[in-house]
Amino acid sequence: MSSSALIARALDPDGARWLAPAASRRPRPVLPGFGLSLGVTLVYLSLIVLVPLSAAFLKTAQMSWPAFVDAVTAPRVVASYRLTFGMSLAAALVNAVFGLIVAWVLVRYPFPGRRIADALVDLPFALPTAVAGIALTGLFAPNGWFGAPLAQAGIKVAFTPLGVFVALTFIGLPFVVRTVQPVLATLPRELEEAATTLGATGAQAFARVVFPVVLPALLTGFALAFARAIGEYGSVIFIAGNLPMISEITPLVIITKLEQYDYAGATAVAVVMLVVSFALLLAINLLQAWTRRRLGAQV
Amino acid sequence: MVRTLGLALAFAASGAMAQTTLLNVSYDPTRELYQAYNAAFAKAWQAKTGEKVSIRQSHGGSGRQARSVIDGLEADVVTLALAYDIDEIAAKAKLLPGNWQSRLPHASSPYVSTVVFLVRKGNPKRIRDWDDLVRADVSVITPNPKTSGGARWNYLAAWGYALRKSGGDAAARDFVGRLYANVPVLDTGARGSTTTFVERGIGDVLLSWENEAFLAIKELGPDKVEIVVPSLSIRAEPPVALVDKVVDRHGTRKVAEAYLQWWYTPEAQEIAARNYYRPTDAAVLRKYEKQFPKVTLFTLGEHFGDWQQAQRTHFADGGTFDQLYKPGGKAQ
Repeated sequence: MSSSALIARALDPDGARWLAPAASRRPRPVLPGFGLSLGVTLVYLSLIVLVPLSAAFLKTAQMSWPAFVDAVTAPRVVASYRLTFGMSLAAALVNAVFGLIVAWVLVRYPFPGRRIADALVDLPFALPTAVAGIALTGLFAPNGWFGAPLAQAGIKVAFTPLGVFVALTFIGLPFVVRTVQPVLATLPRELEEAATTLGATGAQAFARVVFPVVLPALLTGFALAFARAIGEYGSVIFIAGNLPMISEITPLVIITKLEQYDYAGATAVAVVMLVVSFALLLAINLLQAWTRRRLGAQV
Repeated sequence: MVRTLGLALAFAASGAMAQTTLLNVSYDPTRELYQAYNAAFAKAWQAKTGEKVSIRQSHGGSGRQARSVIDGLEADVVTLALAYDIDEIAAKAKLLPGNWQSRLPHASSPYVSTVVFLVRKGNPKRIRDWDDLVRADVSVITPNPKTSGGARWNYLAAWGYALRKSGGDAAARDFVGRLYANVPVLDTGARGSTTTFVERGIGDVLLSWENEAFLAIKELGPDKVEIVVPSLSIRAEPPVALVDKVVDRHGTRKVAEAYLQWWYTPEAQEIAARNYYRPTDAAVLRKYEKQFPKVTLFTLGEHFGDWQQAQRTHFADGGTFDQLYKPGGKAQ
């Protein structure tokens, strides 16, 4: 218990401020064990997340400020941010659209082989990323099943930034489907039927009734897919081509620095990734909370 | 500690003689080499001393293996792709003295190799020497020298060739820039590059260590690829070293020293040759001269000083390799 208290104190005062109003606004929970479970939560999060991450921050603290700025703003590193964040965003967006469709179909339409299709969605979770990377590269290489016809059409996928996008789309799909699916499943069909009897077209029923309910879950799925894509290394490395300035992802830049025993430089780039990812995830979470509140006010 | 005690007890109980275990932390393509070497050494050691020794192997990228040792992997000996990685173990973790390389003959490299070209069967692009690699119609596959220790030898081989031919650093930089402009994929390691070249069908020529080129042909069959030996190449020296602090802690110094010294016996040199590494023993090399085509080899020391210098000039952040990929640089 003393260690959890210590860690709670070690958390920045902002954290304390965040906790306080929330605790005062809400009535004391009926469920017992709040103190214990909060303690466990804080200790667990600290051990698993905060301590390793603060180790990264401490490592960069060895660098002087100009050295840090140099390390994280080198043209090659900046080009890798652009590729990693850009392609992660694009892949997460595509997954948000198609993941929603997949989830919709899996929930709403019984068809033969649905269970199998359902299980297929999880495959990118289970597959070792290197296997995914090698399989995708095999498919999209100029001599592969997809790559050969695409190459004839003048489109190169493997060993270009487009390959990065393909790999990130592959690994991100289950996040969207699996977060949207349960929400769709609990959405009563009667809602749409009611909308239809009130004169809404199918598109209107979807846009005004179904979509707002699903949106917070969709945002969560999007955020998860996005976060996973930013950190993805194993599958991308095989398909990217890894040319500096063109198809080099930020995790590879970090590995490259480690390979030169530049621990400080590697963690400096990692810290930038962490901060940007955290800011983006926080923004998405706030957006999600906002849509949920707005929705709560509407219904 | 508890485990070694447990092991010792188990052996005492079974009446067998206590057996020493060594951990050899090595790099990727030495798997077959050390399988053969370990078995032969264990036999020789037992014949000489009556003691049993078993050697465990760990393989991975050279730099990553060195980092594991720095971070606490208890290697009795390290056998890596380049001296720089062992230098870093000495400098960062102080597990062995800085002059480790002078403790064994041939700069602690009992077997050596060189960089050759692997081309498609029949050599359709007629690639004969380094100059062909900078032709506009030739596409070259080689790993990223920043992530692959082995590929640093490739880079230095090309640089050294241009240096000898033209005589100036500027010309060498230009030559290497043109060569890397022909590289469409920079894999992170040698195996990745081999896959790109062989399985994906990308590129006309793969820069490869000679021993790995032989292995590739052995695995793929001679009907797919063939080796082209350039007129001039680098003498790639993968060094071996005793990790002093670890062997003293384990009490394995005697056998670990013998393990490394045994490399310099004719029997061990034959094992190297049979696994496609060039032996350093002149007599054994002569015996296998049919296998290893004659090629003029220059050493790292002749053109690049030592590894610390080569690393600083070429592969550190902002070095000559990074400059190739600067916006508006040669490789764009």
